[in-house]
Amino acid sequence: MANMSTSYLGKPTSRVDGRAKVTGAAKYAAEHNVSGLAYGFVVTSAIAKGRILRIHTTDALSVPGMLDVFTHDHRPKLAASAEKYGDEVAPPGSPFRPLYDDRIRFSGQPVALVVAEELETARFAASLIRVDYEQQQHVTDFEAHHGRARVVSENGESQSHKRGNAAKAFSQAPVRIEVEYRIPVEHHNPMEMFGATAVWEDDDRITVYNKTQGPQNCRNYVANVFGMAQDAVRILSPYVGGGFGSGLRPQYELPLAVLAARALRRSVQVALTRQQMFTIGYRAANIQSLALAAERDGKLASFRHQWVGMTSQFENFQRNYVTWSSLLYKCDNVELVQKLVKLDQNTPCDMRAPGGAEGLFAIECATDELAYAAGLDPLTLRLSNYSDKDQIEDKPYSSKELRECYRQGAEKFGWSKRNPQPRSMKDGNELVGWGMATGIWEAMQMKASAKAVLTANGSVEISSATADIGPGTYTMMTQLAADMLGVPIEHVTAKLGDSALPDAPVEGGSFTTSSVGCAIQAACREVQKELLRLAQRIPRSPLAGAKLEDVTLAEDGIRHKSKNVEVSLADAMRAGNIDRIEKEASAEPNEKSKYSHYTHSAVFAEIKVDEQIGVVRVTRIVNAVAAGRILNPKLAASQILGAVVGGIGMALHEETLTDNRFGRFMTHNLADYHVPVNADVHAIDVIFVNEKDDEINPLGVKGVGEIGIVGTAAAIANAVYHATGKRVRDLPITIDKLLRP
Amino acid sequence: MNNFEFSRASDVADAVRQMAADPGAKFVAGGTNLIDLIKEGVARPSRLIDITRLPLGRLDETGDGGLRIGALVPNSDLAYHPQIEKRYPLLHSAILAGASPQLRNMATTGGNLLQRTRCFYFYDTTTPCNKREPGSGCSAIDGLNRMHAILGTSEHCIATHPSDMCVALAALDARVLATGRDGERSIAFADFHRLPGDTPQFDTNLKKDEIITAIELPPKGFATNYSYLKIRDRLSYAFALVAVAAALEIENGAIKEARLALGGVAHKPWRDRQAESQLHGAPAIRESFVRAADNVLRDARSFGHNDFKIELARRAIVRTLTQAANGTPQSQGDKRIR
Repeated sequence: MANMSTSYLGKPTSRVDGRAKVTGAAKYAAEHNVSGLAYGFVVTSAIAKGRILRIHTTDALSVPGMLDVFTHDHRPKLAASAEKYGDEVAPPGSPFRPLYDDRIRFSGQPVALVVAEELETARFAASLIRVDYEQQQHVTDFEAHHGRARVVSENGESQSHKRGNAAKAFSQAPVRIEVEYRIPVEHHNPMEMFGATAVWEDDDRITVYNKTQGPQNCRNYVANVFGMAQDAVRILSPYVGGGFGSGLRPQYELPLAVLAARALRRSVQVALTRQQMFTIGYRAANIQSLALAAERDGKLASFRHQWVGMTSQFENFQRNYVTWSSLLYKCDNVELVQKLVKLDQNTPCDMRAPGGAEGLFAIECATDELAYAAGLDPLTLRLSNYSDKDQIEDKPYSSKELRECYRQGAEKFGWSKRNPQPRSMKDGNELVGWGMATGIWEAMQMKASAKAVLTANGSVEISSATADIGPGTYTMMTQLAADMLGVPIEHVTAKLGDSALPDAPVEGGSFTTSSVGCAIQAACREVQKELLRLAQRIPRSPLAGAKLEDVTLAEDGIRHKSKNVEVSLADAMRAGNIDRIEKEASAEPNEKSKYSHYTHSAVFAEIKVDEQIGVVRVTRIVNAVAAGRILNPKLAASQILGAVVGGIGMALHEETLTDNRFGRFMTHNLADYHVPVNADVHAIDVIFVNEKDDEINPLGVKGVGEIGIVGTAAAIANAVYHATGKRVRDLPITIDKLLRP
Repeated sequence: MNNFEFSRASDVADAVRQMAADPGAKFVAGGTNLIDLIKEGVARPSRLIDITRLPLGRLDETGDGGLRIGALVPNSDLAYHPQIEKRYPLLHSAILAGASPQLRNMATTGGNLLQRTRCFYFYDTTTPCNKREPGSGCSAIDGLNRMHAILGTSEHCIATHPSDMCVALAALDARVLATGRDGERSIAFADFHRLPGDTPQFDTNLKKDEIITAIELPPKGFATNYSYLKIRDRLSYAFALVAVAAALEIENGAIKEARLALGGVAHKPWRDRQAESQLHGAPAIRESFVRAADNVLRDARSFGHNDFKIELARRAIVRTLTQAANGTPQSQGDKRIR
């Protein structure tokens, strides 16, 4: 049993929850109806900074069917200290406390919750609320204020890094480029809006159906904010309609629903509108300055990268944006700096491949620019600087099949047929551009637990308090348990999205399969051991003396691998006088690993552009990914496809516009905030290159949630340059920018 | 969203009567724009009068060889009607350039004319907007105006009309039939929508008690030399930055008649008779089209973010006229611009 059977692992397997989702049987957070449910509607602030002088609620309260209007000066008791509002992924600082006090910290901040018997009543009454503000001068203009940015260190770490003498090496090298890139504010916009259905039980207990990527993170938050015992709070999120990072932290609909339920002593549902989805976290706008120098043969001599981003006045949100180049490219003279400027905005939050998507856009466009300055093929330049070592941690990689990604991706794409000369390739009246870029993401693992239950009739239940925001976690859990316990996939039930299940971290960072998967493997192994122990207890057991590695589990029982003998499940369990085996186990990363763990990719993009009109079409993408062992090629490929579409959006469409006079995001609906539609998406080829990694974790998996977006925008931007000879360094690449003289 | 009364009109006269009786009432048919506006608090009707059961869903031949399109004909049905595809392919193409299949299935012919602008500020009730709140000021002139108008603007409003279908109807010299307390009247399409001036709260010249009953298309459909080119920020399901409807009648290489209408550039579908008449008799070649484009844009004015629209409009006009002259109309399925 040491070697798992592979009836399901590695095979393309359809989503086990697919049918429930397409038939509507899967219920989302704000689709749960319970008896006596009341409805809350959120009123948000119209100004970006100041104080609430008065909230006029009389008109709203006079509407028939109204229950109450909760505000900072009319609400039940909430925890006072900011740390109670923290959560497992909160950045350093003092978290926002909804309806806590009269201070306005950002435009769109919730200022009142209107609760009524019916949703329509609440929404109507909300329109009658008038708020008097004492307005103060806000600062939201990132472009105007980025010069004030400073290095922010937390616990002595700043993500900055220096080795050699980058300035000197730059000045002495023959090939040099200095460039600046910009990425605007982007919003996640998952299909499902944030919602919470708080089911009131009594003063001391509450159950909430909530849209979240981390049910236990939300449970702890509610317990802390409302001074409740942890086991008195239960968060359920069995289905999540997309997250992309927006659901990692508890959002304000959760405490508002709980607050109202506790005050009214009845169940309350609060759902955000699409417009209100633009009042929560976002990908921070940033300006990245790079200075790269190389020898004439393309060998890197100096790499300098400065990232300046925005954050709120109350938390310092930053991820690792700049160190990626030291993982990809050998260079002795490096200077990497990250800076933040505080604005009167809500705190940014993780958005698919946070740090990597932004950093690699700039790094991989700059590398392309350097290749052109050196007169080298962009792929050749990358290969000649290929790094076999993590130069930040000074460690080798547990596995790195990036060279193979480059090779297979280039071959599939036809890169060798590329004429490097910009504007040289045409198709009718359109210019054709071929660009490429590298992707990289951390292959992380977090501590997680899982429980496995095997019954005498051969059914299996596997559970963990993780989430499934779309990648196929239910399916992964099911496949793993089926293989480990030798039962058909139909006999396995996977449970997740419930804070009462065995501990699991938030679903994010591409670490769910490595974390929860390894916990499932461990729990199933405990079940295997127990079953063998029981099987050996029956009189004259044919498995007497057998070790775990000598046997295998099958649907009908436990079988010796080399002898033709077996003990049925029923007999083994009867021997223990039980009808089921339940085992819970944990898995955690090897903190003492001598290796660095990363996922890699090579992205190749073809675009066609009508130069006169400036319309860009992404006609082809090849994304070759090295992500360790792929448990389910079908769902893993879906992750890459979706992320590549996100990369197309990042490159060409996505941008939240701010009117700094009002300190407010203005493109707050899906008509004005563009994401790609079907017409924008053409052929996307996903290749998983073979990558064996026995060191990383017992499953040999790395995760595929983020890697598909990393590098995609850069590959498209580089293709736009190749087609037109124009470098558009500020995303998104829109028509007006291509028409610039 | 406010509370409102809901009633159903039994016939056109009843619809007019109900509307006249309630100054805050609105007609609702497909509701694809109105319901959004109500949810956002931009529209606060005291009453919605459901007109979906009125007998306005027919498409008939007119006595002079044109077509009469009932106000309740869904956009999809209109686009794919054999007579429209065959005789008025410009209209077919323009409708398919707009919105999404689901929206086109719901949206009606009459309602399409009454779509309101997609200006960010119009939709956000926390900001000043003269169209939404007369006298409060225009936030777009010195604000985010990338999508905004370059022609026919006023110091009070620089919003654009969002329809694609209306651009083709303007080019085709359609007429709007409306019924009110004073009876039925026929309005030339060019006179239906209006420029903002100092009353941008009014998008059209339709009177408060009037209901659109039909659109009439004249016999001439320009089915040989036409094109509708829509330039937008993604390849489908986005409002136009610039849209051009071009229709030509060419004889022996010379332009006998030219129609040119622009979308996304003004408070109404933009026609320029002077530029069109300059094309009459001119050879159907690029030089003529460039002159026409320069002429259309002679008074264009931009506001910062939308500066690029003037040059984009110039190029789009030339391209669309070229497509029309060559008999190679822009396909709305294949997004390549030819």
